[in-house]
Amino acid sequence: MPSSYHHEVPGGAAWSAPVRAGRLVTLTAQGADANAALLLFGADRLDRLNIPDTVKSQMSACVRPPMVLMSDRGLALARVVDSTLDWHDCLTGFGHDRHLRRFGPSSYAQHRNEWRRSARTGLVSELTKHGLGPADLHGCVNFFSKVAIADDPRASLTLVTGHAAAGDTVTLRTEQDVLVVLSTAPHPLSTADYAPAGVRVDVSPAPPADADDASAVFRAESARALEMTRRAQA
Amino acid sequence: MTAALDLVVAPGDGALITVPEGGRLRIVDLHGNQAVDTLLYDAADIDNRYSAFDTVREQGAVYLTTGSRLLSTALDELAVITDDTCGRHDTVGGACSQESNVIRYGEHTRHQHACRQTFLRYGAAKGIGQRQLGHNINFFMNVPVDAAGTLRFDDGLSAPGKHVELTASRDILVLISNCPQLNNPCNGWNPTAVQLIGWWA
Ligand SMILES: [Zn+2]
Repeated sequence: MPSSYHHEVPGGAAWSAPVRAGRLVTLTAQGADANAALLLFGADRLDRLNIPDTVKSQMSACVRPPMVLMSDRGLALARVVDSTLDWHDCLTGFGHDRHLRRFGPSSYAQHRNEWRRSARTGLVSELTKHGLGPADLHGCVNFFSKVAIADDPRASLTLVTGHAAAGDTVTLRTEQDVLVVLSTAPHPLSTADYAPAGVRVDVSPAPPADADDASAVFRAESARALEMTRRAQA
Repeated sequence: MTAALDLVVAPGDGALITVPEGGRLRIVDLHGNQAVDTLLYDAADIDNRYSAFDTVREQGAVYLTTGSRLLSTALDELAVITDDTCGRHDTVGGACSQESNVIRYGEHTRHQHACRQTFLRYGAAKGIGQRQLGHNINFFMNVPVDAAGTLRFDDGLSAPGKHVELTASRDILVLISNCPQLNNPCNGWNPTAVQLIGWWA
């Protein structure tokens, strides 16, 4: 019988975990303007989240329920089953060391475990533990962040402050054995003082998905991605 | 200056071009509304590759056009769009693959030719495999996004003879798939040839 657990990822940290198929993964913002930059790998650790395929197949410029997160190889990695927010950014990537420069230098020697590390640094550190590396970085979902798109000729982008508050959640249902890699560093477009909020992760067994579950009936494309994962596990 | 490269790429075919720092590569949409799926790599390190979402974020806008700095996954500038008679290009719609065709159009498209095969075929000579395929640019493709968060593939804004030009900021590899997609309007329902013209010493 699969069991549950939760883990608190502090702000500015990185974390990774294998999560089996058929689990609910709920992320809960622990403070205002939390950001969870999330990478996702499929069961073979080569196949990975493909944001362009995910957004074009479901005609959305952001991630929201009941979309299916799709992989390079056309499989469903997870469905977004629920969220208190209707917009999670997926067009602006994760932060680099350059985005932390405005706060001045930081190191372990100087700041001990409060030292400031970028999302990229944290994500690569986690990837390396699983035999992966910078080549495996890909477009992330920035859960809890909204980057608004202007209806202007270039589709200009602006990070919306105050989009997420403590207690906001998003829940994924894993459709195959995945590797979740996430960073709670500030969103790279943030201009706020350095005070990244933490994110709580809850993992628990998911009930079997019905054929008429919201993701399965969302769009024919979403249903086909789920069907291809079913075949891959047949 | 005589051209160092003058190559017509047939629909469904591709190319891997090395462009030295300062070199200019022009892509000409010979017949109009033809998506040219393009990836860039630092010639000295293929893992320092074009990053669509770093590029989009740093320019603060979704569409690419003249002046867009095409950045790598390490935030290095690989190239700059220095000329553009089309006006706007996509970098969030990705490339087609057999697998994404199945998702978008159904199982009957599984064995249709797709950009990912072309990328893998032409990239192999430089060690570019599945792990090295990041999210690409679609020159001449029109993928409008809006404030409501919708995204769609529209008929192209391009026309016969329109071109876009890149200037390399360092020695780069340009991996091109001249998209064979038949199931959406990105190629005007009829994939056609494009021309690559390069100027460098
Ligand atoms: Zn294509």
